[in-house]
Amino acid sequence: MQQRDNQNRLSQEYTNRVLLNGTLSTPRWWYPLVSVLLFFVVIGFILFGIQIKYGLGVTGLNRPVYWGLYITTFVFWVGISHAGIMISAILRITQAEWRRPVTRAAEILTIFSLATALVFPLIHAGRTWRIVYWLIPYDAARGIWPNIRSPLFMDPIAISTYLTGSTLFLFVALIPDLAVLRDRTTGFRKGFYTILALGWRGNPRQWKMQVVGGILLSALMLPIFVSVHSIVSWDFAVTPAVEGWHSTIFAPYFVIGAVHSGVSAVVTMMALMRWGWGWNDFIRPEHFDALARLLTVVATAWLGFTFLELLFALYGLDAPEIALREMQIFQYPWNLLFLTFLLTGYILPVPMWLFKRVRTNIALMFWSSILVNIGMWLERFLIIVPGLARKSPFVFTWEAYSPSWFEWYVLFWSFCWVTLLMLLFSRVFPLVPLFEQKESEVFSDSIKIGRATVPTIFREEEEEEED
Amino acid sequence: MSKSILGLFLDPNHAADAMDGLKESGFERGTFDVLTGTPYPEGAFGEYVPQHRLFRFPAFGAIIGFTVSLFLTTATQLAYPLVTGGKPILSIFAMLIIMYEMTMLSAVIFSVIGIIFESRLPNIKPGIYDPRITEGYIGVVITVEDEDLNKAQKVIENSGSEEIKVV
Repeated sequence: MQQRDNQNRLSQEYTNRVLLNGTLSTPRWWYPLVSVLLFFVVIGFILFGIQIKYGLGVTGLNRPVYWGLYITTFVFWVGISHAGIMISAILRITQAEWRRPVTRAAEILTIFSLATALVFPLIHAGRTWRIVYWLIPYDAARGIWPNIRSPLFMDPIAISTYLTGSTLFLFVALIPDLAVLRDRTTGFRKGFYTILALGWRGNPRQWKMQVVGGILLSALMLPIFVSVHSIVSWDFAVTPAVEGWHSTIFAPYFVIGAVHSGVSAVVTMMALMRWGWGWNDFIRPEHFDALARLLTVVATAWLGFTFLELLFALYGLDAPEIALREMQIFQYPWNLLFLTFLLTGYILPVPMWLFKRVRTNIALMFWSSILVNIGMWLERFLIIVPGLARKSPFVFTWEAYSPSWFEWYVLFWSFCWVTLLMLLFSRVFPLVPLFEQKESEVFSDSIKIGRATVPTIFREEEEEEED
Repeated sequence: MSKSILGLFLDPNHAADAMDGLKESGFERGTFDVLTGTPYPEGAFGEYVPQHRLFRFPAFGAIIGFTVSLFLTTATQLAYPLVTGGKPILSIFAMLIIMYEMTMLSAVIFSVIGIIFESRLPNIKPGIYDPRITEGYIGVVITVEDEDLNKAQKVIENSGSEEIKVV
């Protein structure tokens, strides 16, 4: 079959062949990269074992800074996880055509980053096995139950809900692609995909369920998406004793920040997918352009919240709050971190994205999205740590916080771990949804207006559902 | 004995002609179907798309999730009645958050069950099929009794099928 038909649409055979090139064959770089990542991941697990043996003394955590780099990284990964539903659900509901090559990768990023985020409270707890006391009614004899009034209990409930929902969402959308893999494999792999494809044939009833079900799940996942980072923010916001934490706007501030960092992470990933697997026909400059436009709006809203948070904190002219902000913004080393956070989170990338030449330049988009996530990690660090590090009245043990190399390695480990999981996933399942891509080709055409030929997308009329 | 015929088409118009032809030849709706590798606009092949009841599943799931979470949050607080600052044992606002999450979780789980059920999956005996369907071919499939086999085959052939399989 030809790569493109006479209407310049990609053939389904070509779509299958190219988008499954990482699943049905192994790219040359795959084994070396996976080996290196595996090495760093194993070292991380060894360090984790050492921390369990020797306790949290191996970290820089001490009173009064009892939440540090581990919790910052936890919030960071929960934030990244907001990519999936933002891209997949919101753009699906609004029928944004450019979402198609991005949805699967964003959903996978959601799942792996959430799973990684869940590991951090375990690492942070020091005596990890004691987590069971926190979440599970462990001792019926004493009648002790988890304290549902605590945000620290609401948090795992919300994250587990989001993780379960996202995984099911991903699975439903994977079924037609699993059938493609079933039809293209032999032996053990064919058996594996046959079981997972559940006997999919591609009749109108099944396609209708994919489309309607996709929109239904998107609509259900959206409120969960908003609640997750809101609840994570309440870990801090409902603590009146720490200046800088007790803020009523934390929930929307965290959610918009999560979208900013999550969508930026999707940009990073798309660039890597395009370079790594050569999907130039599918992940195109116009997709980066659309994401950069979206990010410009999101980033500006987020910046607004950043200043509102400062404004509300200072509005009451409360002396401890002013002292904290003075330290956070003007005192070394926090001032350097604050400046880097503002530069990388907004001041450098957003003006760049105002230019189409930058938005369609994949290398520049890649590096600017990395900048955003450096800034967003620092944002979480600057929210969590300074409030605890400030010397308060009646605090008799006080020292500043400096993360140990142990903690820095665990942060590095988390990036290796998520990347490794993504690469392993890519060998078994397609990273770009094949059927979405093919559907886009069915609905695309071009029309002549005067002397110009304009690409068009057809859209089905929504019909009233009769139940 | 009944047999299944699968006609493979490259042109959607020919597949639609085959579907029309089968309808005009008096084959009952529901005995023939169209198989594609991508969603086409509804009615593109003049196919019959039965009604579904998907939206009942999340509603049912939400009711179950809400009920279970109401019981769980109430029972855990009453099982260990820790009075804090003289406030009531049942902390309604904290309960609402957990009830919200569990209601939504249950609605999502039941929606997925609904999508799978309404798609008539898992399909242990998928019937006649060709892997080329996921490569762009459009399959028109019909199950007929022996005496109607030739009639159905002729309709599919005359519509411009690339290949016909009979099982």
